Amino acid sequence: MDLGALFGNYNNFLDFTVGGLVFGAIYALIALGYTMVYGVLQLINFAHSEVVMYGTFAVAWTFVFFHGTGDASWSLGRALPILLVAVVAAMLMSGGIALLVERFAYRPLINRNAPKLIALISAIGASFALAEAMGLRDKFAKWFHLNEKLANYTSSPGSSGKAMGQARDVYSNPVSIQPHGLFHIGGYEVTDVDLLVIVAALVMMFALDSFVRRTKFGRGIRAVAQDPESAALMGVNSTRVVQVTFLVGGLMAGVAATLYMIKIGSTRQDAGFILGVKAFTAAVMGGIGNLRGALLGGLLLGVMENWGSAVFGSEWKDVVAFVLLVLILLVRPSGLLGEALGKARA
Amino acid sequence: MIRSKKSLRGLAALVGVAALTLSACGSSNNDNKSTSGDSGSKSALCGKNLAFLGALTGSAGALGQNMVNGINLALKDYNAKNASCKVSLKTFDSQGSPDKAPALATQIINDDSIFGLIGPGFSGESLATGKTFFEAGLPSISPSATNVTITQQGWTTWHRVIGNDDAQGAADAKYLTSTAGAKKVYVIDDGQDYSKGLAGKVKSSLGSAAIGSDQITVGQTDMSAVVTKVKASGADAVFYGGYYTEAGLLAKQLRQGGFTGKFMSGDGAEDPNFVKVAGAQAANGALLSAPAGPAPSGFGATGLYATQAYDATNIFLAALKDGAKDSEAINKFIGSYTGDGASGPIAFDSHGDIKQSTIYVYKVANGTLDVDHPEAIK
Repeated sequence: MDLGALFGNYNNFLDFTVGGLVFGAIYALIALGYTMVYGVLQLINFAHSEVVMYGTFAVAWTFVFFHGTGDASWSLGRALPILLVAVVAAMLMSGGIALLVERFAYRPLINRNAPKLIALISAIGASFALAEAMGLRDKFAKWFHLNEKLANYTSSPGSSGKAMGQARDVYSNPVSIQPHGLFHIGGYEVTDVDLLVIVAALVMMFALDSFVRRTKFGRGIRAVAQDPESAALMGVNSTRVVQVTFLVGGLMAGVAATLYMIKIGSTRQDAGFILGVKAFTAAVMGGIGNLRGALLGGLLLGVMENWGSAVFGSEWKDVVAFVLLVLILLVRPSGLLGEALGKARA
Repeated sequence: MIRSKKSLRGLAALVGVAALTLSACGSSNNDNKSTSGDSGSKSALCGKNLAFLGALTGSAGALGQNMVNGINLALKDYNAKNASCKVSLKTFDSQGSPDKAPALATQIINDDSIFGLIGPGFSGESLATGKTFFEAGLPSISPSATNVTITQQGWTTWHRVIGNDDAQGAADAKYLTSTAGAKKVYVIDDGQDYSKGLAGKVKSSLGSAAIGSDQITVGQTDMSAVVTKVKASGADAVFYGGYYTEAGLLAKQLRQGGFTGKFMSGDGAEDPNFVKVAGAQAANGALLSAPAGPAPSGFGATGLYATQAYDATNIFLAALKDGAKDSEAINKFIGSYTGDGASGPIAFDSHGDIKQSTIYVYKVANGTLDVDHPEAIK
């Protein structure tokens, strides 16, 4: 244990903390998808990790489409036009996948009043199917004789234009986005990328919070979350509400995927797994079913991971995160801000 | 290079044991082979086969293809000169997986026509199948498996024509301090057997120049905590033991975090994908070592490990020319073999390790990994 690594130097402490907040913001955005679906259906959507993963690919594909395959290092400003297209593409992709999951993995079961456990298993199945489909995308391309044309989309784009590697291998955005320092807090230089990730996450969170609290659809979501039967009797179309909930979670995942790709720059067909587990943890930590809890849980988890890495060594990062989860649940079984989505004040 | 996790290997070992019990009759067939040789100038092994076991498909399939090209080149030369005593190749595709290799090992030892094995390709599958081949008495030469522990198992039929991870680790440490001029090195690994072995050897060889170490996990993408630690330590070089995805992410985030020192990693990261993941700007200047050099000019096969596979094949063929008639004689011949191969001078110690190996450093410049002009570490 090395407390000096964390607290010995004020600048290092800020470094660890801001680094944690940035990734925590991404966790939080993904956690929204888990928490929304849980609030409405009391089900964990285990396929949500794949919803995010598809978004990350959409971002990289957008760059390959508009920029080509040549390696480049761009500033955030220069990448902005393509990024704006990419965020739309990622939101469409993630939203679309989320709707597919709802349509094929959930709705048939919910309509037949299947036990909740069955829907959970069906979601896990959907998660595997989606991840493997991404890993096999080169084979699908071949079926349609598009493997030549799509080579740079089915496996990592080579700088000379010739694709390399395999569909299951890491897939990188040819454009890596170089962060630039904006201002200092103490000795820590806050970069434009850090700021963008945190601000974008907060804005999306605020927008979603307003959507749930202030719009007609939001009222529908809260009504179904509180009491699906009464809501149906009052004329709320619960199928539509569930659909919108999945869609909104998917859209948030698309934004998270874009921020992730700005920060990390490469993805894989199994990249969703760890992100999903962490975001799920964040959702539970903050109180699953609670939107603001997801934000708090995400940021807390991100910071704690980094502090844990500093004090115990990076190999203990996940241990610290999950021990913290257990401790929080021991004291507050419903999470930090544990209250149901439906009970949120209007 | 090991491309497996510990748990997989444990499972593979179980499968290996199962394969072994099933293969009892196979090994006796192998023994029969030795008695049926004719005593003339023509070896009993004429018309028989060498086997290749390794990845031909899957994520590391390209490496196995390189090896097979090297083997075929050696066989082509030999068969052209010895039309009366041709040798051919049977390939067994393990996809580099320690789970798939044991079943193929059983097939190989039950095949009477196979008198020697080039492979296995990777360390995981080598550990999973070594006992099977050893008990069947089938001599093998691996062109590419580098884990240190393989040659410590007492499998006297197992050889490799490539430097092991310890040789690489010691050479990397030397390169960092003497050639690259690093005085404070931060050592990081991903916790896997290969990575821990290599990084551990680098750290112990560096001695007091190793000023700190940390361990990340496979699949980790956010390296911000490690980056902060490296910067706080004042290191002027980072050594990373692991594979190209995490290596690329680490190099990228170190540079973005303002780290300006050297970045070095081993053969697990020596892949063009390292540059893609890190991005050209962050990858530039990276040093990636490997126990294999480029082919000599005019060599008829390309790619990493092609020369090693070519050399391994030639050792078997030399045994044939020397008049070896059975597995035992071939194994004895390999043990005492000395010669100059396409990959360098070859001789084996009593464990089956190559006595003298050269480690090469491949450099990333102008956004590409220069695979043709590595620098040999002396």
